[in-house]
Amino acid sequence: MRGIVVEDWGLIGYADAYARQKALVQQVLDGADDRLVLCEHPPVLTLGRMTNPQSLLYQRKEIEARGVVITAIDRGGDVTLHAPGQLVVYPVFNLNKYGKNLKAYMETLEELAVDLLRNFGILAISVPGQRGVFVGTDKIVSIGVGVRKWITYHGLGINVNTDLSFFDLIKPCGLNVRMTSMKKLKGQEVPMADVKTKTIEQFQKHFRSLNP
Amino acid sequence: MTNIILPELGEGITKATIACWHVNPGDPVAAGQEICEAVTDKASFVIESPATGKLKDICVKDGQEGVVGGVLGIIE
Repeated sequence: MRGIVVEDWGLIGYADAYARQKALVQQVLDGADDRLVLCEHPPVLTLGRMTNPQSLLYQRKEIEARGVVITAIDRGGDVTLHAPGQLVVYPVFNLNKYGKNLKAYMETLEELAVDLLRNFGILAISVPGQRGVFVGTDKIVSIGVGVRKWITYHGLGINVNTDLSFFDLIKPCGLNVRMTSMKKLKGQEVPMADVKTKTIEQFQKHFRSLNP
Repeated sequence: MTNIILPELGEGITKATIACWHVNPGDPVAAGQEICEAVTDKASFVIESPATGKLKDICVKDGQEGVVGGVLGIIE
């Protein structure tokens, strides 16, 4: 993809990925090409800047006993969960090239997620006033971003084959919302490699059109 | 004295909540130093110090809402 370098980090610990992501932010800030990072994380709850303590439905010890790490991070939003089977996408993009419009950036992420899911026969929608992407009333994609000097980090969590029982631990994004996955909707596992390929295509399409 | 302003975050965004300050009144700050974070619409935005000096005052505290173009704090 011209101007955007794709990096697939596979299954990677959250803390490790976070450190690598911050290093990429600095590289892009220093003039490197935009990066599109694809990865999966072992089970982890990340607490965004606006996390309501009541969004954790169990005691910390009980959550950790399920093998889930809890970590506070510098993204907008409330609590979210990452686990294997969820495709995590970190666009480290220089928004100086795309018009420095945070709202347009977030909306573009939603639009490309809707288009991505349509590729797999899933009719998803974005809901005014709520970030993320939904199928009916169930949420399938979570979005939360950070921006430093107009370089983006954090991004999207797309539930491909995620074990949805992990979401019973929290109120996702602080909402009384049920989560769903592509696997649940299709009734079978969806090949992660296919989702990655289509995700790259959607970024190529949507960010090319944003590029002035 | 220099005002720390909540910058334009893009069309349609008129306000943001200050999630946290990384410095306290009286602390020295350097131009370009990350001094606080604003959050809006599931995005967090790092705000840098516009000048070198000392943080004199915080006008919009943690958890409070600021308006785009408004003063978040003052550096002297």
